[in-house]
Order: sequence, then structure tokens, then C-alpha cells
Amino acid sequence: MRLSSPGQPLPGTSRRAVLRGLGGAAVLGAGIPLLSACAGSSTSSETKTVTVGSNASDAVPKKAYGDVYAAFTKQSGITVDINTKDHNTFQEQINSYLQGTPDDVFQWFAGYRMQFFAAKGLATPIDDVWKTIGDNFPSAMHDLSKGQDGKYYLVPLTTSPWAVFYRKSVFQKYGYEVPTTWDAYVALCKQMKKDGLVPIAFGDKDAWPAMGSFDQINFRLNGYDFHVELMAGKASWTDAKVRRVFDTWAETLPYHQEGAVGRTWQDAAQTLVAKKAGMYMLGMFVAQQFTNKADLDDLDFFAFPEIDPAYGQDTVEAPTDGIMLSKKPKNHAGSVKLLEFLGTPQAEETYLKADPSLIAASSKADTSAYSALQKKAYEMISGAQHLTQFMDRDSRPDFTSTVMQPALQKFVRNPKDVDSLLSSIERQKKTIFASA
Amino acid sequence: MSSETTTKTPEVATVPPPGAATPKRRASQGHRRLLTRRDRLTLGLMAGVPTILHVTLVWVTALASIALAFTTWDGIGFDSITWVGLDNFKELFTNNPQFWPAVEHNVVWFVVLILIPTPLGLFLAVQLDKKVRFSRVYQTAFFLPVVVSLAVTGFVWQLVYNPDTGLINSLIGANKPGHYIDWIGDPHLNLWAILVAACWRHTGYMMILYLAGLKGVDPSLREASSLDGANEWQTFKNVIFPTLRPTNTVVLVVTIIEALRAFDLVFVFNKGAQGTELLSILITNNIIGESSRIGYGSAIAVVLLVISLAVIIPYLISTFRKERSA
Repeated sequence: MRLSSPGQPLPGTSRRAVLRGLGGAAVLGAGIPLLSACAGSSTSSETKTVTVGSNASDAVPKKAYGDVYAAFTKQSGITVDINTKDHNTFQEQINSYLQGTPDDVFQWFAGYRMQFFAAKGLATPIDDVWKTIGDNFPSAMHDLSKGQDGKYYLVPLTTSPWAVFYRKSVFQKYGYEVPTTWDAYVALCKQMKKDGLVPIAFGDKDAWPAMGSFDQINFRLNGYDFHVELMAGKASWTDAKVRRVFDTWAETLPYHQEGAVGRTWQDAAQTLVAKKAGMYMLGMFVAQQFTNKADLDDLDFFAFPEIDPAYGQDTVEAPTDGIMLSKKPKNHAGSVKLLEFLGTPQAEETYLKADPSLIAASSKADTSAYSALQKKAYEMISGAQHLTQFMDRDSRPDFTSTVMQPALQKFVRNPKDVDSLLSSIERQKKTIFASA
Repeated sequence: MSSETTTKTPEVATVPPPGAATPKRRASQGHRRLLTRRDRLTLGLMAGVPTILHVTLVWVTALASIALAFTTWDGIGFDSITWVGLDNFKELFTNNPQFWPAVEHNVVWFVVLILIPTPLGLFLAVQLDKKVRFSRVYQTAFFLPVVVSLAVTGFVWQLVYNPDTGLINSLIGANKPGHYIDWIGDPHLNLWAILVAACWRHTGYMMILYLAGLKGVDPSLREASSLDGANEWQTFKNVIFPTLRPTNTVVLVVTIIEALRAFDLVFVFNKGAQGTELLSILITNNIIGESSRIGYGSAIAVVLLVISLAVIIPYLISTFRKERSA
């Protein structure tokens, strides 16, 4: 189903994904009772085992997490029992999973999506862990790991920024320069169109990529604070500020790839790979589509251009993933040890060795092994004054998935009549946010 | 089945037990003695287990979902259920931009299935019933889409319609800027594009149903009509088609069910984006997944239930009436 997790490289409906999904669906029925059985059996091995609920079902992150847990076992002698579920399935079942018999610790996202479950009492605060690992993280990561009650609930592990990606060779060939202001960006789009390129590759079939476009324009135009207010349901969608976001966006829509609502992000990325498109605004996971080493080396990015000088480029959208402690962990002491280990730079380095499409959440992790792309991403994130998570991680998932996704698809296809669209969003938002 | 039991029971009850006791005792114990403890246990299990399953899986869930339609609930803990009266329905009917299109699309789905694949399936069935050569091969070929899972069907058609690399756009050169045809995203096209896939499947289904019906037509009827000098079309119109009446009822019911439960094809195709909203997809989007608007989703489910009942109840009434008169 349409499960958006922009920080994670989600396969859309690719051939392989569907085949895998079909297999997964068959296994699913049998899987649910098995899961509880897993959790139940771990009690017998007492304090020597910690169970982990993992959503890292794709090969690369799965191996990377496996390496990290193996390193922990080696160091502490505590076995880690990993219970991996399909990424989408994990997300869809998270409610019932956390209410049932969850694993001791589970992998999840920073931001509102973590705070929601923390507020519901489905996670245990880990302030004691942060006493040990706090120094390893920049202040933005501290904020991202706290619940609404001010307690820590998450140990962040990896992150990656959203930016405008392009191929160096294409920019060289046509003599383009990286735009830093909105006007330069629009001018570049015009030039690219003249040169026969698709200026901005775009695919919104999965309905979440457009939320990334909205976010970028919104915090460049209205600033980080407004982003937070809007996502929290406090600011109104009929506010003139929101209207300006859509107007600004509409200015560049003619330069976006045609027929975006029918295209997956993977297909859109392929036009960038094939040098048919000039730019693509997406998360760093776009690099996964660059399977050829030479192509990957040619990939570069720049921060989304400045729109209002008052805010410049001070905000970076950097979805962060981490680990949380479930409500009643069977092995509390062991889990704390594992979380402390995961908060060390060494754990993050182990992870990134196996999955170089992300960067470490800790500012102490060794960056010498980073690729040029990773280094640039690291600088971008550490230089940011504010980090956002992504619309569907910063706001209520019920609001973003049932209201915003269809609304933005509608706008992308037909950018007229924004006012009625916005008042419809606002009306629906009020009902959703009114229900506790 | 009911007639069978009613005819049997008195028979069984009147069999005089061997070694007859006093008539008084016989009257009170007649049933019990015939059923041994084991019989009673078996009967209890055979009737009890399905009853329990039916009640819990059908009635309890249906009633619970009706009750939940008047609440809001995020699915976490029972204490977070709050009663909101008709708010969900008010919201649905006035504020949800996807609701009315969804109802409309479900209706369109039914109308199209009845108008195109059903006559086509009947046509194919009539042709195949004529003992053409390779009849089995054709039957298999036309029926194959029905056997294939709808998710797979949706996936395959999605590849055909893919705007960039799909078969259609590649053939007609509509994947270049300026000539672009977005079969999956464009709300004026996508419903029809999916309906082509749905019809492709439904034709095979209808063909098999009608073929079975045609096999049941008494050959002497055909003979009689040909003796009367009727041509092929007259025979079909005046003799064969009227005898297919029971099949037509089944076809109608099956098609209504197909239209109301349409889900998998669209979900795989484009997840019910604008132009292809369906009630079933709205329910799923609201209930399953992290969004967990269980009360609101249940309200949509209740609407779907009411629509289904509005269709099914007249059908049941007419069936029972016929049964009684027969």
C-alpha cells in the first residue's frame, strides 16, 4: 500500500517489488502468529538475549544492521535476536505490533512519528541511555530524539538529506551553474528546456514525493517555525503563506516532467541516470538508482535554492532513522546496553560500511571513509540550523496519507483552483486534528 | 437441505425402538435414545463450530464496525474510543473530496461490467458451445485471466500502461514530451484504462458461467426450434436465452459483487489516485496502516454495507418468493 517513508529507500511498484510483495503476502498470514511465538520463546534465554524488531527488509540495510548487531554481540556477549519484517508491512502494522508483544527494541523514525507512540505510552523513555551517549550527537539530533514530554525515546542511527540532484557531466556540457536563488533556479529550468532536457525529473505515483517538494518551498519561503506550526495542525492551510507556497511551486511546474502522477520515483530517477533530465529534487536514496559506478561518481547535489533571504538555506530536510525501546522490554538491562552501543560512533561506522547511501547521525563518527556525496551530505546536515523530517514524519500520518497525498497529486496534475483545494484541506485537517 | 431434514425427522422419530418400552417413555425419550452420546457430540461440533466461527467472524465484526462508525478511534487501547455520533458521516458526505467520486466509480464499474464483458462472455460461450475445433484451448485461454490473481493482473496491465516504458505508449510514440499520455495518473483516462483490464478478466468469468448454463439447455429444445424452422438467431433469442434465466440471475449477482468489491486491481495499478477512487480503497486507506482512522474508515464501510444490502435484499426477497411459489 501507499506507505511513504521518504527517508528509507522504498521500492515503489517495481517488477521485483511486486513479486517480492506477492511472496510476502503469502508469508504474512503465517507470519503473525510466528512473531508472537518469537517474542515468547525469548524469555527462556533470560538476560542473554535482546530481541529487535526490524523494518530493514531490503538486502543492503538488512546486512548493515546485521553487522552492527553482530559487533554488539561480540563486544557484550549478549545475543541479538533480529525479527525482520517487510518494510511496508512493519509500518502498516506498527500500531498492533506495539500494542501486542513487541520485541525489546524496535527500529523506527525520528520526529512526530516517534513522539506519537511515546505519548501513547507504547515506548519506554531512555534518558539513562542518553546520559552516556549524549555527547556523541549534535543538538539537532537531541531535539529529534525527544518526545513531547521532553524525555528521550530514540537513539538515532542514520540520516540523509533531501536536495536537488544533478549530473556533473550534464552541467559541464551545457555550462550550467548551480543556482543558489529562486530566480537563478527558474532561469536554469528555462535554459534546460531550451536545450531539450527535462528540467526537473518528477514522479509522484507513490504520492509522497510531492510532499518533499512542498516542504522545501515551504520552509525556504516561510521558515522552519511555520513548517512546524503547519505540520502540527496549528497554522491554517488557508493562510496566505501556504497559498504563496503553491504559487511559487506552480511557477516551476511547467518545467517538471510531464505525467508525474503516473510515474514512480524510480522511473523518474532513471531519466536523470539517462541524462534526459537536468535535475531531480529527492532524498539521497536516489543514488540507489545509479547502479553503475561511473554514473554514481558523476552524481552531485545542491541545497534547494534560497527563496526568502530571511531564511536563506538554513533548513535541511533530513529524515532520521533510529531505535526505540518498547513499552515492556523483557530484557531491560540488555536493551539499554544495546542502545548505548548503537549510540556510539563505532556502531554507526559499522553500519555505513555496509550501506553507503546514508550518513551517520552522530557528529563523532569517522567521515574519512565517506564518498564525496556522503561528505557533502554530512556537511550540509551539520551546517544546518534546523532539521526537518519530512511532511509525513513531522505531521500526523492519518492527515498526510488520507488528505495531503491526494490533494498534492491533484495540485501537481492541475495547479489551478488552489483556493478550493486549500479550504478542503483545512476543513479535513480540522476534523482529524480535533480527534485526539 | 431444509426440506431434506423435515422429511427425515418424522420418519426417524416414528421408527419404533426395538424392545419397545412403555409408550409414555418412548414419547419422551424417542429422540435421545436414537442419538448416542457420540452422535450428539458430533452434531454439536458440526453445528457449533461453524456457528461460533460465523458469529464471531461475520456478525460480531460487522456489528462492531457499525458501532465504530459512530466513534473516533486510533486503534490504540479501548479507552481511546470516543463517541462522536454522526460526525463521521457528516464529514464523509460534505468534506471528503474522494467520497462521492468513489461511489460514482463503483457504479461506473458495475455498469461497464454489465454492458461490455457480460454480453461478450455470453457471445463467446455461445460460440464455444457449438463444438468448434480446439474448443478446450479457447476456453482455457479466455478463462486464464480469471485464474490469475487480480494483483498479478493489475501489475501486468500497469506495465502495459506505464507512461514511459509501457507497451501502449511505446507503440504509439506517446512517451515523448508534448505527446504524453498518462494512462495511470490522468483522472480522465485511468478509470477506463483499469476497466479494460477488469473487462478482460470478467469476460472469461462470464463465459464460463454461461457455458455451464448452455450445457444445461435441453438439446431437444434446439431440435424442436429447428424443426419449427427458426434460424440461429431466433433460436437463441426465443428458446436458448429464456432458458438461461437462472444463469442470468447468477451473472447479475456475481457482477454486482465484483463491482462492490473492486479493489486489488486498482490498488496495484495506482493505489486509487484521483480518477480511480473506490469505496473499498478509501476504507483500506483509512483503517489499515499507520493512519488508523478506524471510526472514520468504519463509517465508509457502513456506507458500502448499506449499498450492498440495498442490492442484495431485493434479490433475496425475489428468490425466496420464487422458492415459496415453486
